[in-house]
Amino acid sequence: MDATLHKQSFWSKYIFSTDHKVIGMQYAIMGIIMAGVGGFLAYVFRYNLAYPNASIPLFGHLSATQYNAFVTCHGMIMVFWVGMPVLLSALGNLLIPLMIGTDDMAFPTVNMLSFWIFFLSAVVLLASFFVPGGAFGGGWTMYPPFSAGGYVNHNPHFFTALFSGVSLMILAVALELVAMLMGGINFVVTTINKRTKGMTAFRVPIVVWFINIASVIFMFSVGPLVAGAFMLLFDNILGTGFYDPARGGDPMLWEHLFWFFGHPEVYVLLLPALGVLAEILPVFARKPLFGYKPIIYMALVSAVLSVLVWAHHQFVAGIDPRMATFFSIGTILISIPFAGIFLSFMATLWKGSIKFSVPMMWVLGFIGLFLIGGLTGLFLGSNTFDIYAHDTYFVVAHFHYTLFPDIFFGFFAAIYYWFPKFTGKSLNAGLGKLHFWLTFFAFNVTWFVLFFNGLAGQHRRINDYSDFSLIMREPYITFEKIATISAIILILSQFIFLYNLFTSLAKAKKGVKNPWESNTLEWVADSPPPHGNFQTYPVVYHGPYEYSLPGEGADFLPQNVQGKNDTNNVTQNNYEHKTATSFATHK
Amino acid sequence: MSTKQQHLSLPINKVPEGRLGMWVLIAGELVIFGGLIATYLQYRLRYPQWSEMAAHTSTLIGAINTVVLLCSSYTIVRAHEAAQHRDIPKVLTWMTCTIAGGLIFLVDKSIEYYHEISEGFTFTSPHLQQAGDHVNSLFWSFYYIMTGLHGTHVLVGIIVMFIIMMQVRKGKNLHRVELAGMYWHMVDLIWIFLFPLLYIAK
Repeated sequence: MDATLHKQSFWSKYIFSTDHKVIGMQYAIMGIIMAGVGGFLAYVFRYNLAYPNASIPLFGHLSATQYNAFVTCHGMIMVFWVGMPVLLSALGNLLIPLMIGTDDMAFPTVNMLSFWIFFLSAVVLLASFFVPGGAFGGGWTMYPPFSAGGYVNHNPHFFTALFSGVSLMILAVALELVAMLMGGINFVVTTINKRTKGMTAFRVPIVVWFINIASVIFMFSVGPLVAGAFMLLFDNILGTGFYDPARGGDPMLWEHLFWFFGHPEVYVLLLPALGVLAEILPVFARKPLFGYKPIIYMALVSAVLSVLVWAHHQFVAGIDPRMATFFSIGTILISIPFAGIFLSFMATLWKGSIKFSVPMMWVLGFIGLFLIGGLTGLFLGSNTFDIYAHDTYFVVAHFHYTLFPDIFFGFFAAIYYWFPKFTGKSLNAGLGKLHFWLTFFAFNVTWFVLFFNGLAGQHRRINDYSDFSLIMREPYITFEKIATISAIILILSQFIFLYNLFTSLAKAKKGVKNPWESNTLEWVADSPPPHGNFQTYPVVYHGPYEYSLPGEGADFLPQNVQGKNDTNNVTQNNYEHKTATSFATHK
Repeated sequence: MSTKQQHLSLPINKVPEGRLGMWVLIAGELVIFGGLIATYLQYRLRYPQWSEMAAHTSTLIGAINTVVLLCSSYTIVRAHEAAQHRDIPKVLTWMTCTIAGGLIFLVDKSIEYYHEISEGFTFTSPHLQQAGDHVNSLFWSFYYIMTGLHGTHVLVGIIVMFIIMMQVRKGKNLHRVELAGMYWHMVDLIWIFLFPLLYIAK
């Protein structure tokens, strides 16, 4: 549908829009808002850890129950309501149609529905703070019997049980998963079906590949958890006993269902961010991406392995030691494809003419931090070490060293890189660099010291360590304070980004067409792209990373420009419409 | 649709969008039921006493329902065939037969639920729980969650087919008959797994 043909009202243009770009931005804005909530929760309980029982500025006194609820919701929000919408949904919606050269998603209405279900899930989760008893505080993994005991202990009325912190959280997660499933169906179908002329499978940019691989991993691992979440909900509101040993069930079942999804989820979050890296690195190294096909194959290998490693989260839960060995080996094996991907990124930088622009700094920061996160993961993957380190701050520091660069560095790299595309304006580079350096240093100081606290035996679920003088001695008390002050700096430095965002949005449009001199198709469209994206659909002649080719004039060769070595071989895909069997497409 | 879009948004891999989307949806649905069935099997192997509980389910009604569902899968295939020839009256007839099959299935299921509930075997089976027989009450939790989720899918299928029939009556969206058929076959396939697990294995 052309925007020029009929005027859209404010509601259909910005709120209930079916345009993939608007939906992508809605997801991104929602993710930023939820990151604010998650960050505030982190600030409150971090402050409490360094200064137990102190009155916290902007909040007040934090009780032990509130501490538990805040830690739980911080984890929940950052994974499901920041990481997922921002990396998978926002990037997928904004980038896929533009990068494969089409006008919109395959199912625009399903896409809109997906966002509004996601919005509803966020509302349900936030509402759980305000029900009697407060939000759920049994850890973001929602292990029974903590999460399933409500019915037995109180035998409440159906509605009392439904409007409790735990039921609302389960409901919110289930809704969120449904929203992401709908989005995933859209991504996969759009990428398979709606590529423009000449965009063969191995000319598709890595980020589109990776978002699709992530969507497929998500769809194939989330099913059991959707069923499992409803079983947990029924345990709470109807009194069934799926997970309650007192009623014939088994809490281990939930751990398996949760981590069968929960571990692949890590790669669902990681792959889109790695895709962003693969897009940005060649542009600012002015070199072709090293090993385009091997990177895709390694991602596929990691996708297969990702569903075979989940029980490494359960080494201390009493699983069979022979099984633990199997999962240890699987966990350590999965580092091989990711090491391959990162080495390919390193090789892309090798002898490149590197430009330290703001997106590139976030990308390089990502690689450095993720290295620490990945290497500590090797320790934890071995069950002998994990039994010692389980549930300590070593584990917490490890997954913050993986997820923080993944979600935030990946997202900021994407924002600084694609902001000119979607707004026609550019962000201030000086403020961007300040934002990067402050975030980078504050993050490292916050989490590096906590590795030592973890190795000293500090457990992650204790709100006040003042009674444990054997563990909480110098220098660990000082480390806690350093971590807290640095975490506050980390949160405050994000306001630089918000300031940069709003002042840049207030500026007049420059309409820069291709500021980074990039090859991929999204830069062919106008900035910002109109409803329907392209004036005429681009035709693709070669892969997306043809930089500094000898014999070409400029050092980049956009995908829709025919190079000297490109044969006009765009008929690899058969465009004939097979009318006999697919009458169905004639709507 | 402007002309440029009609020209170039043809699906390049010759799989119509709706059909591809339905395949992906079916894959997702199968994993949901797959997780549930795998979970049930784990418990079933652990608790051999569940065979006594399974003896309370009615194999006869289950078998009738299996036949009814299989027949309705045949009728939706005939509806799809008629849709390919744009024979709208025939499409409507065959789809009505399919919807009737779905309704018979749900009525049978309700009769079955009625008997089981009147025997005290409910979602939580309080009389078993009070007798301390928690393990067997869990069988009924699984029975109701599995057949209930499947029944919900049957109900959704009936509603969706009804909506599609309304569109087909006006000569629109004939391709959706095929999509409804794919979904209906999936519902059928899942039942083929549930029937032996819950009714025959006694």
